[in-house]
Amino acid sequence: MPQIGFPILSVITFLPLLGVFLLVTMQGDDAAVASRARIVALVTSLVVLAFGLYLWSAFNPALPGYQFTETAPWLAGLDIGYRMGVDGISLFLILLTLFLTPIAILASGSITRRVRGFFSALLLLETMTVGMFAATDFVLFYVFFEAVLLPMYLIIGVWGGEKRIYAAIKFFVFTLAGSLFMLLALVWMWRNAGSTDMVTLTHTPIPANVQIWLFLAFLASFGVKAAVWPLHTWLPDAYGEAPLPGTIMLAAVLSKMGAYGFLRFAVPMLPNAAAAAEPLMFTLGVVAVIYISFVALAQTDMKRLIAYSSVAHMGIIIIGIFTFTVEGIEGALFQMLSHGIVIAGLFVCTGVLLSRGEGLVLSRLGGLAARMPAFAALLMLFSLANLGMPGTSGFIGEILVIVGAMKVNFWVSLLAATGMVLGAAYMLVLVRAVLFDKFTRPELADLPDLKVREYAMLLPLAALVLWLGIYPSNFTHVFDAPVAALVQAHTASLMSHSALAMVTAK
Amino acid sequence: MLTLIAVFAPLLGAILAGVVRPFIGKHLAVGASILFMVVSAVAGVATLTAGLRHGIAPPVHVGTWVAVGNFTADWSLRQDMLSLTMVAMVSVVSMLIHVYSVGYMAHDKTVPRFFAYMSLFTFAMLMLVTANNLLQLFFGWEGVGLVSYLLIGYWYEKPSANAAAIKAFIVNRVGDVGFAVGIALTHYVFGTISFDGIFGAAAAHAGDGFRLFGTNFPVLEIVSILLFIGAMGKSAQIFLHTWLADAMEGPTPISALIHAATMVAAGVFMIVRMSPVIDQAPVAMQFITIIGATTALFAGTIGCVQNDIKRIIAYSTCSQLGYMFLAAGVGAYPVAMFHLIDHAFFKALLFLAAGSVIHAMSNEQDIRLMGGIARKLPVTWLMMLFGALALAGIWPFAGYYSKDAILDAAYAAHSSVGYYGWVCGVLTAALTGFYIFRLFILTFHGESRAPKHVQEHVHESPLVMLLPLVVLASGALGSGIMLHTDFIGTNFAGFWGRSIQDPVGSPMLTFGADPFWVEVAPLAMGILGIAVAILFYGLAPALPAALSQRFPAAYRFLLNKWYFDEIYDALLVRPALRLAKFAWHFGDEQVIDGVPNGLATLTADASTQTVKLQTGSIALYAFVMLIGLLGFLSLFLWVR
Repeated sequence: MPQIGFPILSVITFLPLLGVFLLVTMQGDDAAVASRARIVALVTSLVVLAFGLYLWSAFNPALPGYQFTETAPWLAGLDIGYRMGVDGISLFLILLTLFLTPIAILASGSITRRVRGFFSALLLLETMTVGMFAATDFVLFYVFFEAVLLPMYLIIGVWGGEKRIYAAIKFFVFTLAGSLFMLLALVWMWRNAGSTDMVTLTHTPIPANVQIWLFLAFLASFGVKAAVWPLHTWLPDAYGEAPLPGTIMLAAVLSKMGAYGFLRFAVPMLPNAAAAAEPLMFTLGVVAVIYISFVALAQTDMKRLIAYSSVAHMGIIIIGIFTFTVEGIEGALFQMLSHGIVIAGLFVCTGVLLSRGEGLVLSRLGGLAARMPAFAALLMLFSLANLGMPGTSGFIGEILVIVGAMKVNFWVSLLAATGMVLGAAYMLVLVRAVLFDKFTRPELADLPDLKVREYAMLLPLAALVLWLGIYPSNFTHVFDAPVAALVQAHTASLMSHSALAMVTAK
Repeated sequence: MLTLIAVFAPLLGAILAGVVRPFIGKHLAVGASILFMVVSAVAGVATLTAGLRHGIAPPVHVGTWVAVGNFTADWSLRQDMLSLTMVAMVSVVSMLIHVYSVGYMAHDKTVPRFFAYMSLFTFAMLMLVTANNLLQLFFGWEGVGLVSYLLIGYWYEKPSANAAAIKAFIVNRVGDVGFAVGIALTHYVFGTISFDGIFGAAAAHAGDGFRLFGTNFPVLEIVSILLFIGAMGKSAQIFLHTWLADAMEGPTPISALIHAATMVAAGVFMIVRMSPVIDQAPVAMQFITIIGATTALFAGTIGCVQNDIKRIIAYSTCSQLGYMFLAAGVGAYPVAMFHLIDHAFFKALLFLAAGSVIHAMSNEQDIRLMGGIARKLPVTWLMMLFGALALAGIWPFAGYYSKDAILDAAYAAHSSVGYYGWVCGVLTAALTGFYIFRLFILTFHGESRAPKHVQEHVHESPLVMLLPLVVLASGALGSGIMLHTDFIGTNFAGFWGRSIQDPVGSPMLTFGADPFWVEVAPLAMGILGIAVAILFYGLAPALPAALSQRFPAAYRFLLNKWYFDEIYDALLVRPALRLAKFAWHFGDEQVIDGVPNGLATLTADASTQTVKLQTGSIALYAFVMLIGLLGFLSLFLWVR
């Protein structure tokens, strides 16, 4: 197992707090502090990103288990510890967080009020999110999982749009209510295994009849976070009302927490319940793909349309995870990455319009391709990726999930594939309303094309979209070992249980 | 290596014309696009000749694309005769149309964008035809669909162009769902999606079953039908044909390149490519035959009454693609390919000639407002005549060889669907002769019906547009004579090699044994159609009007294209939009949101009050965190 001389995961997790400290202790008048705060936040996030890239380079993809593990006693008597580790499943989710934080910081040009506080909240969010993905102790995971709420709640509630309080409270109540059930599950599982180490938990069998209850608890908490239909209604409000950087972090990173939770807890720890819930999860996934796509088609606001499309993609991810096939789960993981990048790109594009004083009501936009060709090309690229065009990142995840689903059920595969048509419908409607037709208002002709700062956000995202689409092996290669182990363990545990059932039946 | 150059040169051209343009200027961008296209065409022809001389080379491996579990797909270029023939055809036709576009698009403001799209299209099309696995084929398939969308909506200020572009994309995507699921099912059955793996194991899986609707179906039937649904979308076959006529909103060179010669033929190519699988699925083959034959006839009837010069040719394309599927459906794959190549030449010729007419007529497309321009456009007139004769299947033009071969094969299949295909095909031959000469006569002959200012501006097109016409015309004249021995004649098995393997009992093996009247029927019907057209529009112009008044219902039925658009609009499009609004306003806002919103509103009210105290949100959170922590700790202590 590769180890480097220092606890890299803790460094990556807590380094942003150093940035927060610098921000809080800053002196001077408001304007100077604001501009310095931006730089401090950006530099901090870039340094953390550099550590993250080093982590990737040192990572050994051949190993299925956790690497760079760190352990420190915490509540030793209860066998609750500070345990960190990263495997192929969490590696890219951490990197995604690290990559998108600087982009979110660059995207916060519109924040002029309480700038220091805002960037502190963003860096705090980075710490909590990375910690959540890197935790290998259930209690530690839970603490980070909950703590993510704090900065996000503030970001929506303080710097959000007109209905920010409504959106913030809704977001908060939904997610908190969900995670309380996870708390109950956590306590039960700790009692059962005597430890909260996730590796131990994974290898401690749980009676099948209890698994169902635990699974429902996880469904409540992770389902809300992943915006599984019908627990999704907080999402369009939160996405719509959050300030742009908040929306980016919410949509690109935080929405992955739920799917990650399913993969880490629900599937490996509760194999029987997960297998039993498969039809339910397929149904929820398919409904998300079809029903939500229709809802997206009816939207009149660009940001909300993108938000709903995000929910529809969550459906694909859920279907992929619950196929319990290598193709399906890797497809879901890949879709998580791809969706994070693509949705960030789309939201940055809305930010480009907002920063030019334009609204996002679709009927008041149009014809922008004529005067903003670079913007048009990039928005088109992200839209195509969102509708699953081969050659972009969106396709790989989608086809893998379709292939994986086919191994389980023809109809699930077919219905998941209908997302291709519906996704094309709402994305093309969006593209047309924003870029094509004549200008709906003469002012639109005067909008300038992209600026350097906007290129700095959009071009890296665009490059990643193409990289993931054309040569995805760099990423799927890392998924291979842990996912294969996961699928194998899942199959094996089901086999042993059914074998046991047969023995007792005799 | 040559294949590699042929495929990737257009991509380079597209990048230069599209992305690098701001740095190199407009003229250089267009020049680069054309230059790389010429390189591609030269390499494309060279690789075909090399293949013919030295035998085919193994696939060129470019890189890994997807490798997950046992689902693997490479980026690689297949170099069998089927691929090489298509590479040569696509690159040459595309190069000619690039050249033509210099003249046709001279007055356009964003020419580099146009050339970037065209080069990108060519790249995607070449990736499609050289694919060595289903996934790369799908990449090219979607790629050409995308560029088709972009080019139909090229003049994006026009609402009709945008609507047509979206329609094309979405209708194609309906077919693509079938294709994608077909790929998944292929992988499920064969455990691989590489062509060699599939073809080698096709016969072994012929007996496998698959449960669907509670019944056991042969799995290869399902695979074949799913793939064919994809082909129906791309090749505009009946039920998924509605986008093709609307696609004529795009610039005319695009109609020639994408919606006549190359992209729409991709469906036929895919079926031929997958022939080892399709061969194992007799029911699917019957389905393909019926759809193909029906489309040929159906589109032919519509073509007879349309008035837009491009739409007539578009329906003709639809109809000709039906012929190709008819050939593929009866197992005569080489004949389908023969017609595909011939059709590429003469249909591109017809479109470009039509473009030349439109160019001369100040962008008028209604043939009722043309006429009497034969003398002013002599070259275009001759080129259009060549194209029309080739389409109508008159000896010695290309269509004569390939269309007759299709009908011979359909008859030689000696099955009920084969006879159905033959009858449809022979009727269509008459319709084809009629509608194309109706177009020809109304466009070029008789009195001019154009407004005066248009008449004054009628002029022959520049050389840069005429030259490609001449090259294509020689193809329309010569390709039938030159290619038929290799493609479908005595040497066909040697020419296609292992790329197309003909099944046992294929009509390819019993060619030429049909009765004499079967052999001459298509030609006779074609001539009959032409004669009727000359009678109606040359000799007795009052006749068609009288006929349409005598049978108004039938006339309107055809004029409105069998009301497909209206039916789809009423049954699918508008209900879908209503459903979308309903799902949002009722489902999401009222039902799902109703419960939590009641709660949330209460809390929001309370917190609005506290926010006024400035510390509201943080205080609330701290409070909840405290409660949570307390609950957490007490739980632990309690259960311990």
